[in-house]
Amino acid sequence: MTTDNTIVVKFFARLREELDTATLEIEAEPGLTAGRLLQDLAAKGGNWAQLDGAQPVMIAVNQVMTKPEKELQAGDEVAFFPPVTGG
Amino acid sequence: MIRVQQQDFDPAEEYHALRDSGSGTGAIATFTGLVRDSGDLKGVTGLFLEHYPGMTEQVIEGLVREASQRWDVREARVIHRIGRLALSEQIVFVGVCSAHRGDAFAACEFIMDALKTSAPFWKKEITGDSEHWVEQKAADRDRSQSWD
Repeated sequence: MTTDNTIVVKFFARLREELDTATLEIEAEPGLTAGRLLQDLAAKGGNWAQLDGAQPVMIAVNQVMTKPEKELQAGDEVAFFPPVTGG
Repeated sequence: MIRVQQQDFDPAEEYHALRDSGSGTGAIATFTGLVRDSGDLKGVTGLFLEHYPGMTEQVIEGLVREASQRWDVREARVIHRIGRLALSEQIVFVGVCSAHRGDAFAACEFIMDALKTSAPFWKKEITGDSEHWVEQKAADRDRSQSWD
């Protein structure tokens, strides 16, 4: 039996298009926060660099809005997206 | 009742459903939002609306629950469309029935204002030759915060 140690990362709207990525899977690691994950992704450079705070990014973990300090666990679904504009 | 859907809706049907909500209802307030020709861009010919399936419905359910705690809400119906929408098409419907008009007006406006800054929908404006993801407006944030 394998243990699923992954976290699913989703991107929406302008971020999804500019990063050319709707979904990523990453390995969970102790102490990884949503904000740290954003910094790690920003370090990939190119369009990913915008995740380093240059543009406002909203964070949801398991479909609930949260803050960058939120620690991520195996099995979590984390989503990054621009401020919402519905209605 | 909350629905996120591509297809259009009939406000008259929604109104009748609200009217059937029981004898305690004395007031119904409804709001319908449409695609207009100028937003961030001029000459808008349509919109593309993206959402976060699952989270969207949960957030709106939470807003209706909050409205029901703050005001007398007998029933609320919220419909939001997604996908491609042409000019003047209907985007969103919020209808609330209550015993009295004050609660119906307030709950309807609150749900609409809060939806705009907390429900995960994103609009892309389409013109003849370009596309543009709409930016969240400070005025919308202010309206939403005015209910805190």
